[in-house]
Amino acid sequence: MASEQKRVAMTGNEAVANGMRQINPDVVAAYPITPQTDIVQFYSSFAADGLVHTEMVTVESEHSAMSATIGASAAGARAMTATSSQGLALMWEMLHIASGYRLPIVMPVVNRALSSPINIHCDHSDTMGALTTGWIHIYSESAQEAYDNLIQAIRIAEHPDVLLPVMVCQDGFITSHGIEIVFLLPDEVVKEFVGEYKPHTSVLDVENPIAVGPLQLQDYYTETKAQEAEAMARAKKVILEVAEEYEKISGRKYGLFEEYKMDDAERVIVVLNSTAGTTKAVVDELRAKGEKVGLLKPRVLRPFPADELVEALSSAKAVAVMDRAETFSTRGGQLFTEIRAAFYESHKRPLMRNYIFGLGGRDTTTREIHRVFKDLDADLERGQVDKLVTHLDVRE
Amino acid sequence: MANLKELSSVPEVLASGHRMCAGCGAPIVVRQVLRGAKAPVVVANATGCLEVSTTIYPYTSWNSPFIHTAFECAAASLSGVEAAYNSLKRQGKITEEIKFVAFGGDGGTYDIGLQSLSGAVERGHNMVYVCYDNGAYMNTGIQRSSATPKGAETTTTPVGKTQPGKTERRKDLTKIMIAHDIPYVAQVAPSHWNDLYKKSEKAFSVEGPAFINALAPCPRGWRYDAEDTIEMCRLAVDTCFWPLYEAEYGKITVTYKPRNKKPVTEFLKAQGRFRHLFSPDNEHILEEIQAEVDRQWEELLALERLGLESQEQQE
Ligand SMILES: Cc1ncc(C[n+]2csc(CCOP(=O)(O)OP(=O)(O)O)c2C)c(N)n1
Ligand code: SF4
Ligand SMILES: [Mg+2]
Repeated sequence: MASEQKRVAMTGNEAVANGMRQINPDVVAAYPITPQTDIVQFYSSFAADGLVHTEMVTVESEHSAMSATIGASAAGARAMTATSSQGLALMWEMLHIASGYRLPIVMPVVNRALSSPINIHCDHSDTMGALTTGWIHIYSESAQEAYDNLIQAIRIAEHPDVLLPVMVCQDGFITSHGIEIVFLLPDEVVKEFVGEYKPHTSVLDVENPIAVGPLQLQDYYTETKAQEAEAMARAKKVILEVAEEYEKISGRKYGLFEEYKMDDAERVIVVLNSTAGTTKAVVDELRAKGEKVGLLKPRVLRPFPADELVEALSSAKAVAVMDRAETFSTRGGQLFTEIRAAFYESHKRPLMRNYIFGLGGRDTTTREIHRVFKDLDADLERGQVDKLVTHLDVRE
Repeated sequence: MANLKELSSVPEVLASGHRMCAGCGAPIVVRQVLRGAKAPVVVANATGCLEVSTTIYPYTSWNSPFIHTAFECAAASLSGVEAAYNSLKRQGKITEEIKFVAFGGDGGTYDIGLQSLSGAVERGHNMVYVCYDNGAYMNTGIQRSSATPKGAETTTTPVGKTQPGKTERRKDLTKIMIAHDIPYVAQVAPSHWNDLYKKSEKAFSVEGPAFINALAPCPRGWRYDAEDTIEMCRLAVDTCFWPLYEAEYGKITVTYKPRNKKPVTEFLKAQGRFRHLFSPDNEHILEEIQAEVDRQWEELLALERLGLESQEQQE
């Protein structure tokens, strides 16, 4: 039975801060950066009002935020931080250390473009660059999803088959600062869902001393990394199990990705986060005219659900994968490259092209989405894509 | 005043069998400092010689819990451990008294880790940070740091036709830490073990952050024989190149004043890294170094007097 939920108007940041309040981590170490700052501010006031038992560590940089979170997590605390953009970039060294030490840290990330040029608005260049850091990546279309994903992330990260850090991403400003209707679970329900954290080791256990972070050379490093990859593979099943349990308390369904009007869809757009909402509106409009269009919105990018994506997309005839970040490979964005590679073994390969869009917060409206569906239509007529990679909405 | 017999009966936290070079000053510093802890410790370590040589998987030389994360963030990582301790203690999940100590080399402390150290002590974490200062990035092959003394040859300040080793003065980190106005700052050398022990006891007993800067000679980088490590320390102290002093909430006390202050050349000539300074062309550099040591020593004594005067005025 889904629990009685509070219907509130909130920004994505406020929803996430409230999720954190309900999780009530032992330690939060964080540093401000637009557009994540609100999360830290809201949370600081929860701590100042004694609503949480969290020890706040107001560090002097994001590098230290992640270092302190790692220290706290290694000490057996449930530890969290949050960041965006340059902050995530500054953490980069420590992201690998958090995952390498198999610490179940959960971090909300509010997606923002990376410098340069300096820009404070949304794109995904920050977290796309962190796909190889050993973190589980979960993406959110709305404030509701950011909240739901955050709560589920605790259970995923701390699952004994996983023990990997998780970043929960939402779009800067669009989601983080836009006010939406959000359903908050009751505090006790979240408390019970996440449960008490029982770490299997701790550097505070002075009776059973452990050494965290020793040197591993040619003789052991490979095994450590292979085990990490195995844990990432196991995470897929855990993510689905946790989603199923979460559905029971919330009534909201989550998978590895969302399929919107995909049943008989011939032309499909694949896109992350808030732009999926815009795309849904266009899909509805075109469906009303009898056009067979659909949307696939990935939720989990690490582990990458390659087989499931191929299965879901193989009945489409033309697919546009939209990436909100450059890779500068000149062969397309990260999402495109990975989805296209997943089709290598498949006999049913739809036409597939890539759009790089929405960089530095460039507004992507229904007009651009209409254009993408139109391009796919022309491709189908032609029997091939006319361009592999297109920068959408670029002034000449 | 502790005696050697008592001190040698304190259980060792850093076991023998680690892979530091023979004669390395760093493990001596660690063992002496940890005698002052008087409670179980959690040790954090910055990347560097000490870390890579004491925790080679699947072995560890540490009898205490140990955490290494990266090069520049031992203080930040330990601040997270200490925050976890406070949180879990407040929740009644932990009851025992635990002390927190970080060890970082001069590179990991004066240079790349200065920001995270400064942040951690400003936040007031209850921990002791110990810099083992061997005056260069030894682990990566003796490159200069901001702790490298003027005139020293390192692999990035080689003695060449136009350059006589390092041309810049060393950074005075101990003073920088005193400027943070924290409960306790001390400068120590393992030759003066009783002075070091007393300072370590104080550092561990204050409420809030404490910083210890420990001279830790490196026979490889300084180019002297392994058995002379303690002699190097003695020369550094007796020439006032490395004064022994402490600051309690900024109030400075010089804990050792050599009866006969030796010329700094006594310290310099004992080490291969300064050999080139003794060629006639470089005499002016020796004079400059001596003048700087003299000025800094006089300044330190003046700061001590200033502290005493203001105390008298208050009384
Ligand atoms: C971010 C980063 N930069 C550079 C290094 C390479 N590195 C490892 S140890 C070290 C030097 C350590 O010097 P110091 O802190 O003085 O310790 P020592 O080796 O002298 O004991 C360097 C440059 C690193 N590990 N991480
Ligand atoms: S190189 Fe120097 S600092 Fe490093 S272990 Fe050897 S003696 Fe010690
Ligand atoms: Mg050094």
